[in-house]
Amino acid sequence: MSTAIDTSRFVQHNQIEALPPPNLARGPIAWVRENLFSSPLNGLLTIFVFYLLYVIVPPIIDFLFINAVWTGTDRDACRAETAGHRIGACWAFVIDKINYFTYGSYTISERWRVNIFFLMLAVGVTWLLWLRAPRRDLGALYFFWLFPTFSYVLLTGGNMDLGGGFWVGFVVVSALFIGAFAAMAYLLKVSVKSGAAIGAGIIAVIGITLALMDFDFGLDHVPTSLWGGVLVTLLVATVGIVFSLPFGILLALGRRSKLPIVQLASVIFIEFVRGVPLITVLIMANTMLPLFLPAEMTVDRLARPLIGVAFFASAYMAEVVRGGLQAMPKGQYEGAMSLGLNYPQMMVFIILPQALRIVIPGIVNTFIGLFKDTSLVSIVGIFDLIRTIEASRIDPNWAAPTISYTGYAFAAFFYFVFCFGMSRYSLGVERRLAAGQNR
Amino acid sequence: MATTLTSRQAAIDPTAQPAIELVDVHKWYGEFHVLRDINLSVQRGERIVVCGPSGSGKSTMIRCINRLEEHQKGRIIVDGTELTNDLKRIDEVRREVGMVFQHFNLFPHLTILENCTLAPIWVKKMPKREAEEVAMKYLTRVKIPEQANKFPGQLSGGQQQRVAIARSLCMSPKIMLFDEPTSALDPEMVKEVLDTMVSLADEGMTMICVTHEMGFARQVADRVIFMDYGQIVEMNTPDAFFKNPQHERTRLFLSQILH
Repeated sequence: MSTAIDTSRFVQHNQIEALPPPNLARGPIAWVRENLFSSPLNGLLTIFVFYLLYVIVPPIIDFLFINAVWTGTDRDACRAETAGHRIGACWAFVIDKINYFTYGSYTISERWRVNIFFLMLAVGVTWLLWLRAPRRDLGALYFFWLFPTFSYVLLTGGNMDLGGGFWVGFVVVSALFIGAFAAMAYLLKVSVKSGAAIGAGIIAVIGITLALMDFDFGLDHVPTSLWGGVLVTLLVATVGIVFSLPFGILLALGRRSKLPIVQLASVIFIEFVRGVPLITVLIMANTMLPLFLPAEMTVDRLARPLIGVAFFASAYMAEVVRGGLQAMPKGQYEGAMSLGLNYPQMMVFIILPQALRIVIPGIVNTFIGLFKDTSLVSIVGIFDLIRTIEASRIDPNWAAPTISYTGYAFAAFFYFVFCFGMSRYSLGVERRLAAGQNR
Repeated sequence: MATTLTSRQAAIDPTAQPAIELVDVHKWYGEFHVLRDINLSVQRGERIVVCGPSGSGKSTMIRCINRLEEHQKGRIIVDGTELTNDLKRIDEVRREVGMVFQHFNLFPHLTILENCTLAPIWVKKMPKREAEEVAMKYLTRVKIPEQANKFPGQLSGGQQQRVAIARSLCMSPKIMLFDEPTSALDPEMVKEVLDTMVSLADEGMTMICVTHEMGFARQVADRVIFMDYGQIVEMNTPDAFFKNPQHERTRLFLSQILH
C-alpha cells in the first residue's frame, strides 16, 4: 500500500476487484441498534414512543373494531344499557345513513343518475391518471368537455329551456366573436383563416355544450338544494381541481408576462384572493355575487361556492406553478427560441412539462388542501359530507353516546382515503418521471 | 485538403448578398455599453471565429444575430431579413439560423430523437415520420444514432453537444452560430465536438463560432475576429492573425492563451 508514497515511481498492473461491504452493517439487530438505540437519548425516546403507542393504539382499535356495533336499525343497538356491553363505534348508524351521506336529499328514484356520475368520474380519473392508458388525448377531451356536460345534464336533468331568443342572440354573438378573432389575427399578422377557424372551433364547442344542456332528454329536474353528501364533496373538489390547474397556470404565466396590464391583473387577482380567508370568499360568493349581477340573472346556490373554491384554489396554484417556472434555467428558453419555436409552443412542449414536474409535490399539496377545504362550503348552507353527518348525528332515532364520534371517524376515513391516494399517486408519478432524465 | 480549400474559396462570392450583416450595432445592459459600433459582414459559406477575453461582448454579439438579445442601435440583417421587433421576422430568422450553446440546452424531459424532431414537426410542419428520418440522418452524421432513444442526462457532455449540433441541423439552417461549444466539456471530449464542427465547415456551412480553440480557428476559419471592451479590435485571416497580430491588446491576449 505504501509503495506510492515511498517511491516516486509507481505503475498499477492489476485492477482491484470490487468487494462486498463488511457484514457488520446488515441484519435486523444491526438495524435496531442503528435506528432505535444509537445513543442513550435515542434509546430513551424510543422507549417513550413505544409507551405512547401502547397508551393510544389499543383503545382506538377497541373503539373502532372490537366494541363496535355493526348491525342494528335504531339507537337501541348502540346504547350500553340496551345492548348490555360497552359500546364503541356505532357503524350500524353509518350503514343506516349511508345513502344520505352519499346522495344527500337527492330524489330517491333518480339516484341512479348520481351513480352514473360517480362511474363517469371514476372512468375519467383513471383514464387521465393511468399514465399508460391508451389514447389519453381522448381521455382529456372526455374529462374536460364531455364528462362535465353530461354530468350537468344527468345531475340537474338538463333541459335548460333557453328559448329561441337566446339562440338568435347566440348566433349574433358568435358571428361577432369569429369576426373579432379574425381581426385579431390580422392585427397580429398571423393567418386570418386560422384565426377565424380557432374562433369558430371555440364557438362550436360552446354551442354543442349549450345545445346538449338545452335539449330535453326527459329527465326529471332535481334542484341543487337537494344534492348533498359525498356527491357534493366530490363535485366541489373535482371542479376546484379541474379549474385550478389550467387557470393557475394561466395566472402564473400572466404574472411573469412582459405585458404590464396582464401582469398587473394577475398580481391583483392572486394577491387579493390569497389575502382573504376561504370562508370570506365563500360568503362573498354566496351573498355578494347576486348583488353585482343584474336582478333577473341568478346564479345557482351550489354554483356560487363552486366558483369561489375554483378561484381560491387557482390563486394558490398560480404561485406553486410560478415557483416551477422560476426554477427553469434560462438555457431552456433560449434553446427553444433558437429552434424557432414560438411562445405557446415553447411553453407547452418545453417549459411547462419540466416546470410542472418540479412542482408536483406543491400541486398535490394544493389539491389535498383544496379537497379538505371543500368541507367549508357547509358554512354557506351546502350539504356536503360533513354537513350531512352533522345533520344525522342529532337524529333522535339514533341518539346514542358514540354516534357523533362514529360520524366523524367515518368522515376522517373518507377524507384520508382520498388524500392519501393523491399523495401516493404523486409519489409514483414523480418516480416515473424522474426515471432516465436526471440532470 | 487543398481541393476543399479551393472549392471553399470558390463558394464564397463577395458580390452576392451577405448572409449576415451588422451595421453600427450598439447594445447596452442598463448603463453598461456591451456592444460598441459593431460592423461585420459575413458572406455565404464563410467561417468566422470570434475570440476575446470574457466580458468582451463576443457571446452577446452572436446572440443578437438570432435575437436572443435585442440590440438598441444599428441594423442587423440576416439572410436579407432585418431584425426588428416584428415577431414574425424574428421567427423567420430563427428558422434559418441554428445555434449551439455552451451548456447544450438540450431538453432533458425529451429523448434524443424527440429533441431533434420537435422543431421540424412544429415549426416546419414536417410529418413525424419524415422528421424522424431526418433526425436519424443527422444523428448518424454526428456518430451517435444508437443513442436516439436515450435521454440527454444519460449521455456524456461531448455526446450531448453533438446531439445539440444535430438538433440544430435538423432545421436545415443556412447559418450556424456556436457559442463556446467546447468550454463546458471535459478535455477528453473536446476533440469529438471539434471534429463534427470541422466536417460541417468542410461542407460549406456559414458559421460564426465563439471559441478559444485556436487550433480549430487555424484549421477552418476564413477570418478571425478579436473582440475586447465590446468592440471588434482586430479582424484578419488566421495566418496573419496568429503570426502577425497588429493590435497590442491582441498580442497580449494571444500570448496568454497560446503556450
